[in-house]
Amino acid sequence: MGNHTAIPGPQLTGPRPLREESLREELLREESLREHHGAPMAKPTLAVWKLASCDGCQLTLLDCEDELLALAGAVEIAHFTEASSDHVGGPYDVSLVEGSVTTERDARRIAEIREVSRVLVSIGACATSGGIQALRNFADVAEFTSVVYARPEFISTLGTSTPVADHVSVDFELRGCPIDRRQLLELLTALLAGRKPQIPAHSVCYECKLRGTPCVMVARGTPCLGPVTQAGCGAICPSFARGCYGCFGPVANPNLASLIPELRRLGMPQAAVDRVFATFNAASPAFARARTEARAGTP
Amino acid sequence: MTHRNDRVLAVAELARVEGEGAMYIRASGDVVEEVRLDIYEPPRFFEAFLRGRGYAEPPDITARICGICPVAYQMSACAAIEDACGVTVYGTLADLRRLLYCGEWIESHALHIYLLHAPDFLGYASGIEMAADRRDIVERGLALKKAGNSIMEAVGGRAIHPVNVRIGGFYRVPTRAELAALAGPLRRALDDALATVRWVAGFEFPDHACGADMLALSLPGTYAIERGAVATLSGMRFGAAEFDEHVVEEHVPHSTALHAHLAGGGRYLTGPLARYSLNSSWLSPLARAAARDAGLGPACDNPFRSIIVRAVEVVYAVEEALRIIDGYQPPGRPAVEVRPRAGVGHGVTEAPRGTLYHRYQIGADGIITDARIVPPTSQNQAAIETDLHAFVQARMDLDDAELTRRCEQAIRNYDPCISCSTHFLNLTVDRS
Repeated sequence: MGNHTAIPGPQLTGPRPLREESLREELLREESLREHHGAPMAKPTLAVWKLASCDGCQLTLLDCEDELLALAGAVEIAHFTEASSDHVGGPYDVSLVEGSVTTERDARRIAEIREVSRVLVSIGACATSGGIQALRNFADVAEFTSVVYARPEFISTLGTSTPVADHVSVDFELRGCPIDRRQLLELLTALLAGRKPQIPAHSVCYECKLRGTPCVMVARGTPCLGPVTQAGCGAICPSFARGCYGCFGPVANPNLASLIPELRRLGMPQAAVDRVFATFNAASPAFARARTEARAGTP
Repeated sequence: MTHRNDRVLAVAELARVEGEGAMYIRASGDVVEEVRLDIYEPPRFFEAFLRGRGYAEPPDITARICGICPVAYQMSACAAIEDACGVTVYGTLADLRRLLYCGEWIESHALHIYLLHAPDFLGYASGIEMAADRRDIVERGLALKKAGNSIMEAVGGRAIHPVNVRIGGFYRVPTRAELAALAGPLRRALDDALATVRWVAGFEFPDHACGADMLALSLPGTYAIERGAVATLSGMRFGAAEFDEHVVEEHVPHSTALHAHLAGGGRYLTGPLARYSLNSSWLSPLARAAARDAGLGPACDNPFRSIIVRAVEVVYAVEEALRIIDGYQPPGRPAVEVRPRAGVGHGVTEAPRGTLYHRYQIGADGIITDARIVPPTSQNQAAIETDLHAFVQARMDLDDAELTRRCEQAIRNYDPCISCSTHFLNLTVDRS
């Protein structure tokens, strides 16, 4: 990797941006195939699971206000504790798993979930990288416990917070803290239609170009993790005059060697560079490496 | 230990609540001996890893405690840090914060009313199942929920973990046109909100009173959301800085949360019932009229009727959002400057589920040295258990299946947000 600027050039070669309207139309077609024309297609079953997390990624499913009932017509929502007291036993065609593994119990549960799931999708920063609770991986959990709890002996927890893929094989991953609603709809619709989901692997920079947001680093001198962060959110932060803070985790082969000195040049102290990589994807290998490099001061 | 004539009701995985919880009730003969709302949500240690972070970071970090009420965490965090730094945010920036908060109230309440709570009253397993019979009603609820989310997207950038909130204000304030675009959908949402109050008012409510003291923010002249003093029905009134002295948290083995109670020993309830009972006179005339037509008096202590109170609060929040949008002139700057200084700051705001307290100690260098967060559900847990105890005792004639179903509904009355608690921990329950 050369020591050139990490901001990509002007050519846009990524997949088309996800449009909610066309996704909704496709979803309605899938629903009508299964609901209205007496077609013999069985409804696939969908299960939603939660490990250590904030509930936000599974809430994203309920936040699809315009598509939720169509989705419920196209699939059988067989297990979704947050939304339903009905439970249909497995196996399931698709399982969405939110959260990271932080307890022995959840380590057993994720193995059981894998057993009963034909397609397993980990959703969100906790499930794909361990989440912010993975900060414990770099600290002493006994000390963490005693800070929060008066009676640490009541606590049972693992020393690490780990992503789902550290425990079982994962078929798809949706990044983000939280995941993006359009990406979730794209994934579910693609699985229903039997096509490949279009989940781009490029950086947030492409999304700024697509929506016409001037680069906040170039135009305003605002430190931004966009060049090293995977796209998917639609580049929200720069559109609010804020630098990306990396909640979708690292893009493949991030050019940290270029970005870190640039962050420093724009006025971020070394400790702040260390902290900005130590948030919602702190334990993803590239961001963990960035912290080591930031602390070393010589990336 | 259970005996031959013991009766045990256990629900291993509570549905339609946020987070992971279980219920355990044991009766001996006709006497209820033990009631537990068990929380096995794994601990995530926010207060520990906030130590050593920068003073500007809590709004983003603590939002991740709860995906259902991230704005509440951002607002209490901002209030506490600004308090520590001797800054008050007022005027249009404060209005925009209140607008963002109204969006969260609308979204969270609509979710609870339509998808989590109403199915209990009408005999459905979920809002989605209910949609098979009453699609128009569920669509109305989803439209209402979407109106709340639209506010959060316009002001905060996204509905879950908004990105635009910072200490001192915002990164960028919305343009007049961006907010004006919300007005049409919100006027429709107001009709939907009023229809929601009428709809839930027709549900069947058992006679029941929770009996606990109640605690909420209170600010004469307004229905308190993002600022005010802490008040109780029993007549206490204190500022955010004294929250620590009056509310004591205790780590008890039988439960999985730190239980909060008043320093005098009293169990209390926070949330919609408390807010309504303390502040209903400050609701808008339209919201007050809707409450009156729905059969509510000036106070309400029946947890089953909390669904009406939530619906009334949605009416108020939609009106409040429209009021702020109508009068909006973008301020000259998106945030006031907040320089760090050594000290302690306290922040209290009203999350959809109740009072949320943050306290931070920061050094002159802006690094956080200590953090404490008291979420609503850990304050409510003791009162919920007490309430369940009385509720079950009065209904021992019901068979197990029916009693269990009613108990689950009684828990959902409180809209417990189990993910919300930084404190909740993992516990193995001995059910021998």
